[in-house]
Amino acid sequence: MIDKFVPSLALAVAGIQDGATVLAAGFGPGTPATLMRGLAEQGARDLTLVMNAGGRDEGPIADLLSTGHIRNLICSFVRADSVAGRLFAKGDLELEIVPQGTLAERIRAAGAGVQAFYTPTAADTILAEGRETRTINGRLCLLEYPIFADVALIDAWQADRFGNLTHRDSARNFNPIMAMAAKTTIVQTAHVVDLGAIQPEHVHTAGVFVQRVLHVPV
Amino acid sequence: MSDIRPLDRDGIAARIARDIPEGWFVNLGIGIPTKVSDFVQDREVIFHAENGVIGIGPAPSEENINPYLVNAGVQHITLITGAALVHHADSFAIARGGHLDLCVLGAFEVAANGDIANWAHSAHEPTKQVGGAMDLAVGAKRLWVAMEHNNKRGGGPRLRTTCSYPLTAKGVVQRVYTDIAVLEVTPDGFAVLDMVPGLTRETLQSRTEAPLIWR
Repeated sequence: MIDKFVPSLALAVAGIQDGATVLAAGFGPGTPATLMRGLAEQGARDLTLVMNAGGRDEGPIADLLSTGHIRNLICSFVRADSVAGRLFAKGDLELEIVPQGTLAERIRAAGAGVQAFYTPTAADTILAEGRETRTINGRLCLLEYPIFADVALIDAWQADRFGNLTHRDSARNFNPIMAMAAKTTIVQTAHVVDLGAIQPEHVHTAGVFVQRVLHVPV
Repeated sequence: MSDIRPLDRDGIAARIARDIPEGWFVNLGIGIPTKVSDFVQDREVIFHAENGVIGIGPAPSEENINPYLVNAGVQHITLITGAALVHHADSFAIARGGHLDLCVLGAFEVAANGDIANWAHSAHEPTKQVGGAMDLAVGAKRLWVAMEHNNKRGGGPRLRTTCSYPLTAKGVVQRVYTDIAVLEVTPDGFAVLDMVPGLTRETLQSRTEAPLIWR
């Protein structure tokens, strides 16, 4: 019988290796805060963390960055006045800033098996310096590569034992695409539902992309 | 100069709102642009948030806050009846793929050829805040900018012949709404569409670095 549920946070994050690339979803809502705390406690080091934003002085992102286990942060913006901003300024954190749409599409491409794509975004800005561009359909475009990941940390509203997920309102954001892009997708869900409770046409993230689900009631 | 009553931030937002017809699909950037939706009450305009919301509604009351529902600035919102939700890749497909009738962004500077600089003060800034602006700037059918005409400190021009700040995108701006004028970007430079009462052509030109075209 297929059953993706795991009984503890420790088991949810077990096996995440040093040097792993970890995707963590969230745009305010939809951030898998418990799984991020579990990752911090689990102790894997030298990690590359991929998120929308670098966070502030408090919260799950700041807590994870404060462990010193994150070597490299890939995101679309960092505030100077934040744990991330200060670690970067001290040289304790590498930073790759990616425009938010490009970030989403690089993650989507990884899950989709697309090995590279061109986008007009940032093609004529300083972010394109030293990088490959091409004029396509009369527009300057920038070559981008997928962000393949070892682990995705996902937040869900409902999950069944196949790992089918729903996400609530704007908590959806990066969750469905990050779930596809990682070798091991780990989910924290507010609600556990019976198989079949989520109508097929209402599944936001299909269970086939999911490996582990932890019930974390709200 | 003392006869001019420049628009405040709400005034700029209201002026932009007047030019948005019913049925448009619109993204509003942070800053002055977010207030535009406050002034579009009498017709149906679909507002997009880059985090995957189609159909932003009015701000919630204290009792009605939904912690799962935020806009691009992570502020609590409501949805209109008829709203839709999408994930982040689809949301930026909307931004990048030419589906927005209009995006309204703030800016540090706009050049006469339509270049926009709105994300960094220098190429050597210790941290970078790009967010979704570069995708929106290249993808929307129309890009309008809402900003002050001049710097608060020193009064330097923000409508330039060439931007001095790092660019967000090249040649993408169609229109600029400031506290004293509305300008259109044309192949020949900034054309003046509207001015606040009492503003003379000479004064407006003196506050704008690039040469102005009068219609």
